[in-house]
Amino acid sequence: MNPTPLKDRAAIVGIGQTEFAKHLEPSEKALACRAIAMALDDAGIAAHEVDAFAAYTMEATDEVEIAKAVGAGDVTFFSRVGFGGGGSCATVGHLAMAIATGQADVGVAWRSRKRGSGPRPWTDTVNQLATPAQWTRPFGLLRPVDEIAVLTRRYMHEYGMTREQLGAVALACRNRANANPAAIMYDRPLTLDDYLSARMISDPLCLFDNCLETDGALAVVMVSAERAVDCRREPVYVHAFGQGLPAQHHGMVNYWNDDPLAGPSWTAARQLWKHADFGPADVDVAQIYDAFTPLIPLSLEGYGFCAKGEGGAFADDGGLELGGRLPVNTSGGGLSEAYVHGFNLITEGVRQLRGTSANQVAGASTCLVTAGEAVPTSAVLLRRD
Amino acid sequence: MLKPLVDDDGAPYFEYAAKGELRMQTCANCGEVLFPPRPMCPRCQGIEFAWKLMSGRGHVWSFAVPHPPLLPDYAALAPYPVVVVELEEDRRLRVVGNLVAAEEADINSVDPATIEIGQPVRAVFREIEGFFVAAWIPDA
Ligand SMILES: [Zn+2]
Repeated sequence: MNPTPLKDRAAIVGIGQTEFAKHLEPSEKALACRAIAMALDDAGIAAHEVDAFAAYTMEATDEVEIAKAVGAGDVTFFSRVGFGGGGSCATVGHLAMAIATGQADVGVAWRSRKRGSGPRPWTDTVNQLATPAQWTRPFGLLRPVDEIAVLTRRYMHEYGMTREQLGAVALACRNRANANPAAIMYDRPLTLDDYLSARMISDPLCLFDNCLETDGALAVVMVSAERAVDCRREPVYVHAFGQGLPAQHHGMVNYWNDDPLAGPSWTAARQLWKHADFGPADVDVAQIYDAFTPLIPLSLEGYGFCAKGEGGAFADDGGLELGGRLPVNTSGGGLSEAYVHGFNLITEGVRQLRGTSANQVAGASTCLVTAGEAVPTSAVLLRRD
Repeated sequence: MLKPLVDDDGAPYFEYAAKGELRMQTCANCGEVLFPPRPMCPRCQGIEFAWKLMSGRGHVWSFAVPHPPLLPDYAALAPYPVVVVELEEDRRLRVVGNLVAAEEADINSVDPATIEIGQPVRAVFREIEGFFVAAWIPDA
């Protein structure tokens, strides 16, 4: 038996996205359909050939409605992945597995969200109080940013990470967005002084440590490696895929185990690298989930780009900028392009390997894309021929 | 203010809190202390539990200081510190709560600038809209 049956067996051949804005008029369902139709057109594949769907459990549009609107054929695989932004890359991974095992031929993963004009999930005072939030929210850790602020302060205490280093993370994303016309922050430069003087949202995290609140939708189309070579675009192969729900993990409030600073990234990374032909040193560009700036240093450690505790220093001296040790979030990421639960990191990873990014890393042939750290997570390693 | 949504596993914790006791779910079979509470012991798969009395002493492991936008009741008191306290009995037992100047003081009664990771604290119990929870006050 092939020991790595998933490796390079499926490819992303189409990407699509709507405009990103604080407020878009169409419904999430309408936006989803448009993004999917654009992705199919990009791939040169007819809608009736679609026989698989994958999405986040937080996706509010459903397969039945989407399939009948876009004109999918008989669907033989559909899956949902939980834990908010932790599920982004798993939608691609699940489709790759379905295609590699013959459960489907043409897969669509999508995310449509009106988080810019819709409600903030944390304002729900009924459904947000179950385990484990009953142990944290009543005391005023109300929002994801509060939960991450606790981990961040501990990280700063244990390893000496500075606000300047978090600022460098925010600036790396913003600098890329300033060259990406699709980004919400395209025409809004940011300086370190702006960062350091911004209002606090949950001390030690300030306004610019937080992702945007965006309306928008994105989709990818996937097929087998055999079929991919006949598609309109150069194939971007799913080289490896990993999910991670570590032993004794508690979700965003992961305070109750031996080392809360070694999060789900570490687990997903072990699975990811186990089946890859190359390692972190061979990654040309990375799209790291960035709902909050500290998730980038934590993820860099988990995925093996530096040692434990060195994630903050990795951002020093332009380490995350173009030309740096590891250029990240080259579309601007969730911090400065759009926050669509990390799905824009996947499409940007594809653009890098097609050579069509607004911030192209010359000759990029490998790209790591990660989902949310600090929740059960996932990652895909993408490559081109 | 938000109140905990009590489930079967956690209910005893809050019942003891109402009596002024900090007790943790403990496996009756192997003695593992569990937090947050759960229906099975992950170490031995036991399903019988006792509730072990804690000293109520611990150290600040970390804290955040939320600023608006927040829910209205919390925004009115912001910024306020929220601490994670490592219990003296086991460093993995970390309880989230408010650090207050005195038993009945508001959640913003301690200046966040005076809080240090590692500082000793002790539990007090207080009523919030008919519900008893632990809070923490600086310990000498
Ligand atoms: Zn046990």
